[in-house]
Order: sequence, then C-alpha cells, then structure tokens
Amino acid sequence: MKALFGLLRKETYHILRDRRTLFVLIFMPIVQVILFGFSIRTDVRDVRMVVIDPTPDATTLEIRDRFAAGGIFRVISVARNARSLEHLFGTDSAQVALVFEPGFGEHLAAGDPAQLLVITDATEPNTGSSRQMYVNAVIQQYESDRGTPPGSVRITPQVRSRFNPTRESTNLFVPGLMAMVLNIIAALMTALSLTREKETGTMEALLVSPLRPWQIIVGKVTPYLGIGFVSVLAVLMVAKLVFQVPMQGSLVLLLAEGTLFILVALSLGILISARTSSQRVALLAAMMGTMLPTQMLSGFIFPLESMPRPLQWISIVVPARWFVFIARGIMLKGVGLVYLWRETLVLGAMTLVLLVASARSFKVRLQ
Amino acid sequence: MTSHAADSAIRTNGLTRVFGTFTAVDHVTFDVRPGEVFGFLGANGAGKTTAIRMLTGLLTPSSGEAWVAGHDVYRESEAIKRDIGYMSQRFSLYDDLTVRENIRLYGGIYDLSRDQIRDRTERILTRLGLSHTAHDAVGALPLGWKQKLAFSVALLHEPRIVFLDEPTSGVDPITRRQFWELIYEAAHAGTTVLVTTHYMDEAEYCDRVSIMVSGRIEALGSPAELKKNAGASSMDEVFVQLVRPELAAAKGPAT
Repeated sequence: MKALFGLLRKETYHILRDRRTLFVLIFMPIVQVILFGFSIRTDVRDVRMVVIDPTPDATTLEIRDRFAAGGIFRVISVARNARSLEHLFGTDSAQVALVFEPGFGEHLAAGDPAQLLVITDATEPNTGSSRQMYVNAVIQQYESDRGTPPGSVRITPQVRSRFNPTRESTNLFVPGLMAMVLNIIAALMTALSLTREKETGTMEALLVSPLRPWQIIVGKVTPYLGIGFVSVLAVLMVAKLVFQVPMQGSLVLLLAEGTLFILVALSLGILISARTSSQRVALLAAMMGTMLPTQMLSGFIFPLESMPRPLQWISIVVPARWFVFIARGIMLKGVGLVYLWRETLVLGAMTLVLLVASARSFKVRLQ
Repeated sequence: MTSHAADSAIRTNGLTRVFGTFTAVDHVTFDVRPGEVFGFLGANGAGKTTAIRMLTGLLTPSSGEAWVAGHDVYRESEAIKRDIGYMSQRFSLYDDLTVRENIRLYGGIYDLSRDQIRDRTERILTRLGLSHTAHDAVGALPLGWKQKLAFSVALLHEPRIVFLDEPTSGVDPITRRQFWELIYEAAHAGTTVLVTTHYMDEAEYCDRVSIMVSGRIEALGSPAELKKNAGASSMDEVFVQLVRPELAAAKGPAT
C-alpha cells in the first residue's frame, strides 16, 4: 500500500512539474467550451422577421415597433394573412415570423390571454432557439413595461420550430465536448505517460521491483482519473455560466457516468501503451483510435441518424457515442438510470473488455 | 529452494532463450559465488542483456534452469524481486523528480520504513557528495552522477544480489573509476555483483569474468586465469581472440 502511495505521489509530481502540459490540460476544456459554444451558437443579429397582423391596432403596432427598434430583428414584411409565409421561409427570406391572433389588442385590453405565435426557422437548431429567446425577451420586456403583475402572463407566445421541430440538438455540444476532453486526458495522457516510462527505461526498474503490474497501472492512471474528474466539473461549470446549458437531471448521476467514461478511456490508454513502445506511436494511436471517432462518430457534431448505415454500425463500438447519449439524456431531458441503464451497461462492459485486454497485453510484454 | 543452489548467489544450468528462430542465449551454465564481483563480458548483441533479463524475472527462459538467491526463476520470481537490485542500461531514475524524491520513491516501492529511508538517503547523499543538490531535479545532474546515484538507489533496499547492465557506458574514465569504487564497497559489504561491460579494463577489476560470444559462454574464470590460458597479456587480447579469432591470428600468434 505504501509502495502504491509512493507511486501515486511520484506520478502527481510528474504531472505538476510538467507545467506546460498541465496548463494545457486545465485550460483546454474551458477554451474548448467557449470556442465551440460561440462557433456553434452563431450570432443572433439582423434577423429577418415577417409580421402577420390580421387586426392592426395600437398594441400590435407598439409591439412591432419594439421588434424593429431593438436592432436584432429587421421586419422585412407585414401582412394581414399567413399566405405568403410558406414561400418566405422556403426561400430563406424570413427567419422568424410573428403571428398575432385576430383581435390581439382587444383580448389584451379585456384582460384575456392574447395569443402570439412565434415561428422560427430551426434548420440550425441552436441559432433557431437563440432567436426564439430574443423574441421572448422583447415580449417580456413589453409586458413588464405595461406593468403586468409578474406571473400573470397575458401574452402567450406559442413557439414553433420549422424544419427541425423537436430542436433535438440544442446545447448538444457540451456532452460531446466532455467526451473529447476526457479522451485527451484519460486515454491520450495515460498512453503517453506509460510509454514514456518504457522509453526512458524506468518501466524496467518498476517491473523488476516487487510491485505487481496492477499496482504499477493503478499508480500511473489514478492521477489522470482525478484530472479527468476536475475537467468534467470545469466543462459543466463553463457550460452553465457562459451558455446557460440546462442541467435537468441528477448531477451526481452525470458525474458517476462521467467517471465510468473516464475508466473506459483510461483502459483504452493502457491498452494503447501496452501495444506500443514509443510515445510518438502512442500519440498517433490515441488520436486515430479515440479522438477521431469521438469527433465524428459520437453524434457530437454530426447527427448519427443522418449517417450512412455502415458508419452507424461502426459507431456502436465508439464509447463516446454511448456517453454522449447518456449525458444528453441527463442534462437535457432529465432522465435517470431507469432510461439509461442499457447504455451504462455498454460502457461498463467496454471497460471490462478493455481492462482484460490491456492486462493481457501488459503481461505479454513481460515475457 | 534446491540444495545445490543454496550456496551460490546465482546458478544457471543450460539456460536458453530463443526469439523466433534466433537463439539469444544458448545453454549458458555458470555459478556466481556470494559476495563475488562477476563480470559478464561480450560484444554488443552477444546475449548479456537477455541473460540478465531472464535472471531478474523480466523475461521467461525458453529452457534450462536458473536460481537467483536460491529461488527458482520459473516459480519464485516474486521472491527473487525482493532479493535483487537492478540498474538497467538505460538509466532508471526519474529526471523530473529531485534526488531525494527518487530515493524516497524507490524506498517506498521496496517497502522500507520512514526511518530507514531517511537514514539511507542521508548516507547516499553524503557518500556521493550530493547533499547540496539533493533538491535539484535529477535531470540536471551530469551523467556520471546520475549513474552513481542510480547504483546507490539499486542498493537502497540492501539486496543480496545487484545486477548492473552496462552501468558505465558513456562516462569518463575518472567517473568509471569512482563507480568501481562503489561496486567494491558493495561487494565488501557482502552484496553479490553481476556486472556487464564491454570495457576490458573493467574486466580486470572483476573477481571472475565470463565472456559471451553469440549467446554462448566461451570462457569463464578469473582475469589472471583467462589471460594465462589464452597466452595473452591483457583482457583485451583475450577478448579479441575469442570474439574475432581471425583478427587475432592476423596480428600474429600470441606468445
């Protein structure tokens, strides 16, 4: 036990003293969240808006003015009926439509709920939902200016997304990003640090010592488990603070699943290092074996449903695919283990298979 | 433990290792007495390192028998690991850890107590004159010092046998001499030393040497015996006669 503790301390020193790598490891997740966040959520500005106002009066005019004046929306056409709507969306002339119900102003004045339909082009789901958020903001501002008591909503904006009605990929990048960061830290760094010991010859010194192979491995990878866990927390925090990514389900469950995914990645790293003898080869193997599939085949950036069948089959063996599904379920839909046990089991089985395979390769190296 | 292995530090009988079709170590039989400095000589690729890797438990022999510190290499490799120290060709300390941290790490790995680690650290630092650099990263030390430190660390847990695989390659003659002083000190303290080298002047320092050629031991004995048998004036000549007979013949017959 003391020997193991000594190994852990040594590995921690390695990590802490390699300042540049440590810096990259800590700031990369944060920088990535921010980069991805802003590049995927394109700016909401100069949104082309169509207004359908069957019964124009002072109220609807004021609301229209507010949209026109805000600087975000540009009203390109005002019509009495919705006949032109299909055409305007189809030709990409309109991105948002504001549809007042007939007698909107009267209803509001009478104290009845007034219906306002907001239709958004959601081909790019993130942009689409941002536009809706802005529409809502303008309406809320109008309501509070009119002195409506909080809670008694007089205007009911009905939000419809066109072309991508379920808006399934809102905020979807965060789970995928976690998978990617964890692959870098857990799989790549583990593979590198183990092959480094082979290159420098210190691995032999450890193997000749009374340490058991499992102690050597646990001693090497545990610190990376810690760093991986911290990165998950960092990504979640930035996602929450900067992008208001929701957290519908249990944070504890998400962290537990994250830990399971780190274990998958760690065992993949161990397997890579057991099969390679130089850091350069390990680096390439980790890139090809973990990073690329995670980016392409996890559904992180490109939806799996729209991929050709063979790629969908391949994606079954990509651990990130399962983790992304789990994390999205927990974060966005708020579902629990009842719905995610199958995916969790897949990750668990992957860990087991990879650990057995790497333990065997590790032994073979000893012969 | 086998009775005939008990009085030898290392004993091998027909030890063989085959890689595919290549026989790296070919029926090697020798005996190392406790407290002896035993030299393992041979050209590069003669099989020295493979032999050492089998004796230290890093490699399983293909056939033959071997006992290290009385333990069978096939069945008691865990027991062997506690009784031996090992310094590989490639230097076995961590460059980014300080001198003290390296010593403490290996002390922990070999399960020494806190007091033992502290005492032995001080002893090593004083003996090597490294006290003023104890908190420097090992990577910053000159190669010769690193090697002396690596040797001291290999002896940290006071093993019965220490294996040194070309410990002095790449260092200057003065440092090599100092290194051999350390080896003698260890031998006087009762540690058996098995050292590989291809410096023939170092062979003269050994109690006995074996010379390996293409996986086989071609000569074994004290340096004086070997020189006498070969009719050579130096170990260098002995070596060349064995390894490159045609070269020795060209130089003219030895007296």
